[in-house]
Amino acid sequence: MTAYILQRLIQSVLVLLAVSIVVFLAVYGIGDPIELLVPPQVSAAERAAMIRRLGLDLPIWQQYLSFLGNALQGDLGRSFVHGIPAVDLILGRLPATFELVFLAMSLAAIVGVPLGLLVGLNPESRVSRAIMAGTILGFSLPSFWKGMMLILLFSVFLGWLPTAGRGETVSVLGIPISLLTLNGLKHLTLPALNLAIPNMALMIRLVAAGTAEAKTQDYVKYARAKGVRSKRIVGRHILRNILIPVVTVAGMEFGSLVAFSTITETVFAWPGMGKLLIDSIYQLDRPVVVAYVMLATLLFVAVNFLVDVLYAALDPRVKLTGEMA
Amino acid sequence: MTSPLLDVRGLKTVFHDLAGSWPAVDGVDLVVKPGEIVGLVGESGSGKSVTGFSLVQLIDAPGEIVAGDVLFNGEDLRQASEERLRSLRGDRIAMIFQDPLMTLNPVLTIGEQMCEAILEHRSCSREEAMKEASHALSRVGISSPDARLKQYPHEFSGGMRQRVAIATALLNKPDLIIADEPTTALDVTIQSQILFEVQKLSRETGTAVLWITHDLAVVAELADRVAVMYAGRIVETGTVDDVLDRPRHPYTLGLLSSSAATVAPGERLKQIDGAAPSIDARPSGCPFRPRCGRSLPLCAQIDPPAQVQADGHSYRCHNPVTEGSAL
Ligand SMILES: Nc1ncnc2c1ncn2[C@@H]1O[C@H](COP(=O)(O)OP(=O)(O)O)[C@@H](O)[C@H]1O
Ligand code: SF4
Ligand SMILES: [Mg+2]
Repeated sequence: MTAYILQRLIQSVLVLLAVSIVVFLAVYGIGDPIELLVPPQVSAAERAAMIRRLGLDLPIWQQYLSFLGNALQGDLGRSFVHGIPAVDLILGRLPATFELVFLAMSLAAIVGVPLGLLVGLNPESRVSRAIMAGTILGFSLPSFWKGMMLILLFSVFLGWLPTAGRGETVSVLGIPISLLTLNGLKHLTLPALNLAIPNMALMIRLVAAGTAEAKTQDYVKYARAKGVRSKRIVGRHILRNILIPVVTVAGMEFGSLVAFSTITETVFAWPGMGKLLIDSIYQLDRPVVVAYVMLATLLFVAVNFLVDVLYAALDPRVKLTGEMA
Repeated sequence: MTSPLLDVRGLKTVFHDLAGSWPAVDGVDLVVKPGEIVGLVGESGSGKSVTGFSLVQLIDAPGEIVAGDVLFNGEDLRQASEERLRSLRGDRIAMIFQDPLMTLNPVLTIGEQMCEAILEHRSCSREEAMKEASHALSRVGISSPDARLKQYPHEFSGGMRQRVAIATALLNKPDLIIADEPTTALDVTIQSQILFEVQKLSRETGTAVLWITHDLAVVAELADRVAVMYAGRIVETGTVDDVLDRPRHPYTLGLLSSSAATVAPGERLKQIDGAAPSIDARPSGCPFRPRCGRSLPLCAQIDPPAQVQADGHSYRCHNPVTEGSAL
């Protein structure tokens, strides 16, 4: 276990390093932020001073090295636009995104697992076919279009739910949460649903495939021969086996939604990290974009590790050893 | 004569495919008396497993039980409700499967999988169930059973897993255990240990056993009576002594000549020529005819009916083997 963790740590550092180089180069190539940051009426001398202050006059490798040096001390630069540390800016947006994704993934699991079981147990039934057809839609409709349709239906026609923003929040340990107020929950519903739909489809397919396979296994027949009731066979024997891939995929999806729910957050004007990323890219706020990608990478590394640990907890046959990774 | 525990008459189980319905079990008659050990023996593909599952009505599509009676303690299981069958399975009739690696759920503890066999049939606390499971494990020779109950199947060897399955089958003191080739995957030493223990447990608890195997040596060691199966039928049945010492059916004789148990060391084993016919290619008349050295013209036309001798020894053959004759 210790060897395993050590190995994972070294791997993670290498990944972060590689990503930092790629991102730094890519963002450097996007464009010159000075044009956007400096008002046109500023004198050439002031302009040069500003460039120097931001460190933009140095050669790229020096800029990278100083970025790396600062990053090692937890400083990923200051936002050009907001003037505060990029990390603080991003983390300030984390709770909004986190609760959105949390609700979306919960919805996906609560709806997806039972429906997947239903389909897997009776794949030929009419209901199952309808559900499977629905999953294709769930996968293939583009997120922004789905979002707009949801707004049209629930906000414009029915007038049930608001279209934008976080609504009321309550502060828990200093962190603002929408999930705990009725008004906040109303604001959360549509964007969460929008994020949840493709994941529901994914869950349904995953659980259905797992169930269809598991139900033909000898251990199911053996359980029946022991007189175990079908409720328990499905709820314990089958579900316990398919939980393993489900948790793995759900964990990965959770990570990628936290990092990249940009489209949904933009459509619903949800003030989360994804919206911040899009705004920063438009404004060529280089430090924020770089910091964002670094934090996202860190998140993925952490989620991967967590999923592996969970996997080992769920599957008694898996042991976390140095060699496995 | 004691009334039978299990009385099967004319059992027929078919498998459907696009081309038709093919009988895997084709008119099986079988009797098991209380407390007795019956061996069901035959080559692979002869329909032994399908027979075993048909007895407890565990046949899934594309299979279907289409004819016959399965009387268990006088109750016709073919007419029983699904809930009634569930309450019998694992309680009055327990099963042990061939592959102990596949039959235990890999992600549930042995303790949970043993306890559920109790808790689905009786109301008792989890602790009591665990205690019973632990006791059952020690009865089949598993040491430190309490620790073992917390482990998962992959932490057990093949022989140990099969002991777990036997212990599980014993939990509710069933009237009948159907054991489908439970020792086939194990090495010979462990196999005889298990046979010995099963025999002892059956004698102690009065549990009848239907032991399915392709190995006559196992039957000779373990059983009171034997039924020989070929192409979905019982072609010969009687006491182990009658059938193994004085076989009447040419197929039984062939099995005996190819069995290590009956051939003196150094002598060569004789295999029966040819292979058992698949269910969609059964010959007309006697299904053994293409492989039989004693066939008569009649054998091609008429499937021989069962001939029952006064001592209960019965066989299905137009030209039965007589004492001393060879295949
Ligand atoms: N699920 C199934 N689908 C189609 N045919 C089957 C199935 N199970 C068994 N059979 C057929 O029934 C025959 C008897 O099988 P089985 O009872 O397993 O034989 P045994 O246990 O004697 O080796 C096999 O030859 C096979 O063709
Ligand atoms: S009936 Fe005929 S073919 Fe069949 S076993 Fe007897 S002798 Fe052989
Ligand atoms: Mg078999």
